[in-house]
Amino acid sequence: MPWELKSDRPIYSQLIEQIELRICSGVYPLGSKLPSVRDLAQEAAVNPNTMQRALSKLEEDGLLYSNRTSGRFVTEDVNMINQVKNKLAKEHVQIFLKKMTELGFDYEEILSIITTLAEEMKK
Amino acid sequence: MSNILTCRNVTKVFGSKVAVNDVTLDIPRGKIVGLLGPNASGKSTFIKLCNDLLTPTSGEILIDGNRPGIETKKIVSYLPERNYLNDWMKVSDIIGLFRDFYSDFNEEKAYDMLKKLNINPKDKLKTMSKGTKEKVQLILVMSREAQLYMLDEPIGGVDPAARDYILDTILSNYNENATIIISTHLISDIEKILDEVVFIKEGKIVLTKTVDEIREETGKSVDSLFREVFKC
Repeated sequence: MPWELKSDRPIYSQLIEQIELRICSGVYPLGSKLPSVRDLAQEAAVNPNTMQRALSKLEEDGLLYSNRTSGRFVTEDVNMINQVKNKLAKEHVQIFLKKMTELGFDYEEILSIITTLAEEMKK
Repeated sequence: MSNILTCRNVTKVFGSKVAVNDVTLDIPRGKIVGLLGPNASGKSTFIKLCNDLLTPTSGEILIDGNRPGIETKKIVSYLPERNYLNDWMKVSDIIGLFRDFYSDFNEEKAYDMLKKLNINPKDKLKTMSKGTKEKVQLILVMSREAQLYMLDEPIGGVDPAARDYILDTILSNYNENATIIISTHLISDIEKILDEVVFIKEGKIVLTKTVDEIREETGKSVDSLFREVFKC
């Protein structure tokens, strides 16, 4: 999964989102050990201090925890990850709804478009 | 001491031209700092002052508590804006020279980077393109285990692929106690790796902020802000 960073928003908050996404999608599975700050920074091509800040924030939020001697791990708490998933889903849907209303659709139309497309994808 | 570089009211005057104007600046250890300004804003002059190639007209510069001189040269790895290496030498000769000159030079690292960039150590500098020469110089500078790196336009002449490798090299060689100061106007390429940016305009510092502060406060990239501040 490549790191996608936009240039008009703080790097720090984008790193948090991207790591959350990686945890939700299982790139970093429950309870697994994260790569080191330096390796992550290099992978994302960002400043190590910025990566460190993002990881500290995720630790504060409880999604990561660090073990003093052996590194930083993903939480084993499934509920917590589900919460993050819901939060991310909500954000995506909000953006989507905003765009659709800008295009002039009302909510019923949007729902019917989604249902139709979902049906098609099932096939 | 937490600051690797301290400048107090540093001014440099050439004849009637003020190149660096009353610069006061503290740069802590362990940071990657971008010194950003348009052409002729005093970036190179400032870096030369820090490396004892020029003497300030007034004010004081301290690097790890010392004025620029022999002691500071031991801990500062400087990439000048132009090529100063002898054209007739082979890369391996120059590596030997650096090894003799600087006790913190890591020869293995230098050869490793040359290999990654497909540069033959047996080639003479004379036979190389401008971009390759620049790469060689940067490799030499980054192979020192210095406390302060001052890179004057390190990525100007190299292609985007090599630029990525160089930025990667800067990140992988980075250690928590070393500070890297990069002067450039190719901002969009490097802003992701910077902690702080210093905008310099007509010899004066006009802004010092972290990259994320700029993005948060203005909703713009450092590159776009630069274009605004220095609009011609």
